[in-house]
Amino acid sequence: MHLEYTVVEGDFVNAGTASSSVKKALKQLNVSPQVVKRVVVALYEAEVNAIAHAYGGKVLVDIDSDKIKMVVADKGPGIPDIALAMQEGYSTARPEVRDMGFGAGMGLPNMQKNVDKLNVSSEVGVGTTVEMVVNFV
Amino acid sequence: MENPMTFYHAIEIDDSQCIGCSRCLRICPTEAIRIRNGKAYIQENRCIDCGKCHEICSVKAIYVKQDDFENVFKYEHSVALLPSVFLSQFQQDVRVSRIYAALKDIGFRHVFEVESAAAIYAEAKHRYAKDNLDKEPLISSFCPAIVRLIQIKYPALVDNVMPIRVPLDISAMYALKNLMDQGIPRESIGLFYITPCAAKIAAVKAPVGEEKSIIDGVINMDSLYNRVLKKIKEQGKNYIFPSLRTPRLSADAILSTLTNGERRICLAKRSYAIDGIENVMDFLDRLENDEVEGVEFLELRACDQSCAGALFSCDNRFLCGERMYARARKAAERERNGEMPRDKEMDSCKEYLIGNSIVDPVKPRSMMILDSDRSKALEKMEKIVQLKELLPKIDCGVCGAPTCEAFATDVVCGKTCLEECLFYQRHQESLGKMTIADSLEKMKSIWGEDRIKDQEK
Repeated sequence: MHLEYTVVEGDFVNAGTASSSVKKALKQLNVSPQVVKRVVVALYEAEVNAIAHAYGGKVLVDIDSDKIKMVVADKGPGIPDIALAMQEGYSTARPEVRDMGFGAGMGLPNMQKNVDKLNVSSEVGVGTTVEMVVNFV
Repeated sequence: MENPMTFYHAIEIDDSQCIGCSRCLRICPTEAIRIRNGKAYIQENRCIDCGKCHEICSVKAIYVKQDDFENVFKYEHSVALLPSVFLSQFQQDVRVSRIYAALKDIGFRHVFEVESAAAIYAEAKHRYAKDNLDKEPLISSFCPAIVRLIQIKYPALVDNVMPIRVPLDISAMYALKNLMDQGIPRESIGLFYITPCAAKIAAVKAPVGEEKSIIDGVINMDSLYNRVLKKIKEQGKNYIFPSLRTPRLSADAILSTLTNGERRICLAKRSYAIDGIENVMDFLDRLENDEVEGVEFLELRACDQSCAGALFSCDNRFLCGERMYARARKAAERERNGEMPRDKEMDSCKEYLIGNSIVDPVKPRSMMILDSDRSKALEKMEKIVQLKELLPKIDCGVCGAPTCEAFATDVVCGKTCLEECLFYQRHQESLGKMTIADSLEKMKSIWGEDRIKDQEK
């Protein structure tokens, strides 16, 4: 099962469109509520990151019977030091983004916490791709 | 234990009355209704007894089963378990003691006001909350339509629902104990709940988290209102009614069934009171996504203005609500003057009632699962996505399902076939794969033989 969504830069109002739709699909597949929650939290964080930091991007989701793979690929400034970005509380969010309640530096750590596999690749000035896998157990 | 296969519903559709107008089809919040043979029918595993369909039905074909009033006379000690909202149905010049007298005259030997148990219910919730901080946000068990909504649509949140008996059950336990302590045998006591809505009937007939309710019968509030008002009119203005001791509920108790009634006295640092089922669903969607954090308590009610706007409320929801506020303001004034509310009576067996207030945890009953076999469910999901592409996506409802998506799901689950979509029919006709006669047959199977009229005649 393949699903695709588009993320628009700065469109915080629609943050969560992909994660809500994925949530519905997983419920229909009888995935346990605990796992659904982890998927939704991780994907929501990734969506918000793409909205807040990049110039938009795409969410690609593949679901099979034992796992879900989510790729959030954005066009944006990229992350110069991924290890640093993975630290809790580290944030490069603009003040206006923080004023909206986002950008607390918990995005990537929160994704890490909720998924079984996380892979972040980035090229400065080009964009960032976050790949996440959650197993259904 | 509640059996998922036999799920009791209070709401039924009378085929002889239903004209298949499809209003209910469109309004049902859980998409439980379909049209077949020109009549609406309810898919039982999706219905939460909220009563939206009953409210909108133009020909009163959707009805709510209640027990025969004659049953009241079968018991020597018949008890009316009365919700406070019942009293708010009457104009303010009808005194509470007059209504109580009329209730006795029409056959109830005892009257217990359900909200007398509001303080005990609040205390039981406080104690539960203290021991279950890990389950926050805790969701009130008060509204049975909401509990059922969570079971079928938000299974991830079932553990957040407090498994605590509501004031109705607590007051029933109290009434029973009170009468039996006086030496009255159980078999001569009949407990009748006067219900403001259909969901409460379902909750009595098929309680969530317990085997069987102790309540012997349910009477719809609107039908009792008619009986009581008729009695009062018959007796006339000059009737001297016996002076009865009526319960003087506390202001908190009177307001407890209205929106914010629980929230205003809960001990949570952050809480929300949300009424109206669409508002509740919008909030629960966000809650499930972890978009709302730090909430400790949620009071959720299916009806706009909570029980003042309940299905069997006979008057405008705001007028009823204000009458309840008027009664609460009087009670608050008495309390300020140092007069004790009489609902403290229950305090004598408070520990007994609280001790018996916990029920089994609420279990999920998800209606969303496509197939218990995940690979099959995945296949079905793929098919639904493909089908949706073929459908017009205008949710016209001509197929007898509320939305194109619901229709696609029904097709994939074998409940209907693609040829029932009007747009698909036209397309098939253009390809010569269906004849106009075929299409007409399909239309008749959904909307009934008589719906397609012969214009020439």
